[in-house]
Amino acid sequence: MLITGHREIADNIFELKLQGDMAAEVSQPGQFVHIRVSGSDSITPLLRRPISICSVDKKEKELTLIYRRSGLGTERMARAEKGSRLDALGPLGHGFPVPQEDAGSALIVGGGVGVPPLYGLSRELVKKGFRVTHVLGFRSAKDVFYEQEFATLGQTIILTEDGTSGQKGLVTDVLDGLNYEAAFACGPLPMLKAVKNKVTGRPLYISLEQRMGCGIGACLACVVRASDTNDGKGYRRVCCDGPVFKAEEVELC
Amino acid sequence: MLEVHLPGLDLKNPVMPASGCFAFGAEYGRLYDLSKLGAIIIKAATLEPRFGNPTPRVAETPGGMLNAIGLQNPGADKIISQELPRLADYDVPIIANIAGSEMSDYVATAKKLSENPVVKALELNISCPNVKHGGIMFGTVPEVAAELTAKVKAVSKKPVYVKLSPNVTDIVAMAEAVEAAGADGLSMINTLLGMRIDLKTQKPVLANKTGGLSGPAIKPVAIRMVYEVSQKVKIPIIGMGGIQNADDVIEYFLAGASAVAIGTANFVDPFVCPKIIEQLPKKLEALHVTDINELVGRSWRPCVKKNASSLR
Ligand SMILES: Cc1cc2nc3c(=O)[nH]c(=O)nc-3n(C[C@H](O)[C@H](O)[C@H](O)COP(=O)(O)OP(=O)(O)OC[C@H]3O[C@@H](n4cnc5c(N)ncnc54)[C@H](O)[C@@H]3O)c2cc1C
Ligand SMILES: Cc1cc2nc3c(=O)[nH]c(=O)nc-3n(C[C@H](O)[C@H](O)[C@H](O)COP(=O)(O)O)c2cc1C
Ligand code: FES
Repeated sequence: MLITGHREIADNIFELKLQGDMAAEVSQPGQFVHIRVSGSDSITPLLRRPISICSVDKKEKELTLIYRRSGLGTERMARAEKGSRLDALGPLGHGFPVPQEDAGSALIVGGGVGVPPLYGLSRELVKKGFRVTHVLGFRSAKDVFYEQEFATLGQTIILTEDGTSGQKGLVTDVLDGLNYEAAFACGPLPMLKAVKNKVTGRPLYISLEQRMGCGIGACLACVVRASDTNDGKGYRRVCCDGPVFKAEEVELC
Repeated sequence: MLEVHLPGLDLKNPVMPASGCFAFGAEYGRLYDLSKLGAIIIKAATLEPRFGNPTPRVAETPGGMLNAIGLQNPGADKIISQELPRLADYDVPIIANIAGSEMSDYVATAKKLSENPVVKALELNISCPNVKHGGIMFGTVPEVAAELTAKVKAVSKKPVYVKLSPNVTDIVAMAEAVEAAGADGLSMINTLLGMRIDLKTQKPVLANKTGGLSGPAIKPVAIRMVYEVSQKVKIPIIGMGGIQNADDVIEYFLAGASAVAIGTANFVDPFVCPKIIEQLPKKLEALHVTDINELVGRSWRPCVKKNASSLR
């Protein structure tokens, strides 16, 4: 896909815009693309990198991704220039289900680079008439991104671990007083576990991360255990059965 | 030009996805017509279902990857009832990869799968580094490998290819032992045992600690082994390890392979198998080769002088 935009929007956090026919195939917020960072003639890094689709603009055929520069692959990715091409496979996986009727109120909980796919989700929910509350956690003020973008969609509570932006604390500190009928979360595993404990009696959808090989369901690198011990298969593949699951469907460990 | 005939396998071309890297074909079948492939080696089958190892199950390495999937599979019966019927719709021979912890598991699994009409050959996986029990002895002790091969041959209705482990000091001794025990062919190589340690946690990256190394990084090891073994055995070799493009396929043929399998490269480019199949004829033309079988073992066969023009 053609890189139509690429900029650093927070400390080591990049917003990447990709244009191509794939945009038309995106069916749900929370799907991801599998990016070959190395280019076709290099074997380093060998494997593709999974990155969530943050939002899609079907008219412009454009995807927006947001990623953190951390290791070898994202380091390379950060050097890709506007106007060049990136080999992206997708859209992959099953994302967040957006209820078709019964618009109501939704809670969105995100942590760090788990936040990006929730932006596309919130846009879809708001379009369907939902009232959306966002609770977004970051480490520090320099890590915060898309605060304004979320704020235009609904109430947005920002938390940082050190209190340098928004409230000081963790996302789970503020969930108790909130009203909502369904919840959606993406972020580090400890956060997802804590959110699962707080959100009871209402549907909760979570997006998981797992190291991947193929990204399309063939290698079984990315499995998680199914919660139901009588489940026929006993496992789910994050890449194609997920990355989004109903919280009670899978074991979080 | 690309047709290859091996025991039990009439292949329209010599390129097949390697076991464990293609599951049972359903996922890649959504991307392209599986009938283009020479054959498909399906994911290892064990007698009973297996869940496999905890995650992380994969780790990247320079030019390669480690995996410790742990032979996760739904068990032979489910593979027969749920996966094989779907594969029958394609015009492509299926090779069933078989694993176990005890000789009796292997024998029972081999019997079941070889009786299925969709399965055209067995690949006996005596080399999986990722299971705690069994696996390793079968793949490293020539006498044990030979005994297992003979037992499986005795019950199998289809030709048996034995998949060798590179984690041995003398690969030729292993190959000769299983050939003498009746193997119809060899597959080589399986993954090399390896490890990565995370600098942050200071612990192995893989939950299983060790895993099998695959990808371009292992190709020279595999080429050397195919080169050595092909000179000592009469049975054909399916070569694998690090194949990424048509040139790599030709290198394997030159080393002594009669067909090839592609694993890790499917993860990097899901279309790699059909792409290579499409590129091979041009590559062969450039080498003035009209039949890919002519290349088998050319790196060690006594030089047949060609006319001077080919020496340009
Ligand atoms: C479905 C899914 C969606 C994701 N969406 C985003 C996103 O929108 N933004 C973002 O910043 N990150 C996202 N991630 C995490 C992202 O994939 C990793 O940060 C990235 O792969 C790290 O690559 P690297 O080369 O920089 O790190 P390295 O440490 O060099 O990577 C080494 C290997 O480990 C894998 N790996 C390392 N960390 C992770 C991880 N957290 N999850 C999965 N694999 C990992 C890499 O893919 C690679 O194979 C997502 C992960 C998944 C599974
Ligand atoms: C994720 C993964 C799973 C594998 N599973 C199996 C398996 O079930 N049975 C088997 O015989 N080999 C298995 N292998 C080994 C491959 O079939 C092949 O021998 C090896 O990866 C070398 O080829 P490559 O470098 O092209 O990947 C697996 C390899 C990988 C990477
Ligand atoms: S990454 Fe291969 S099955 Fe999910």
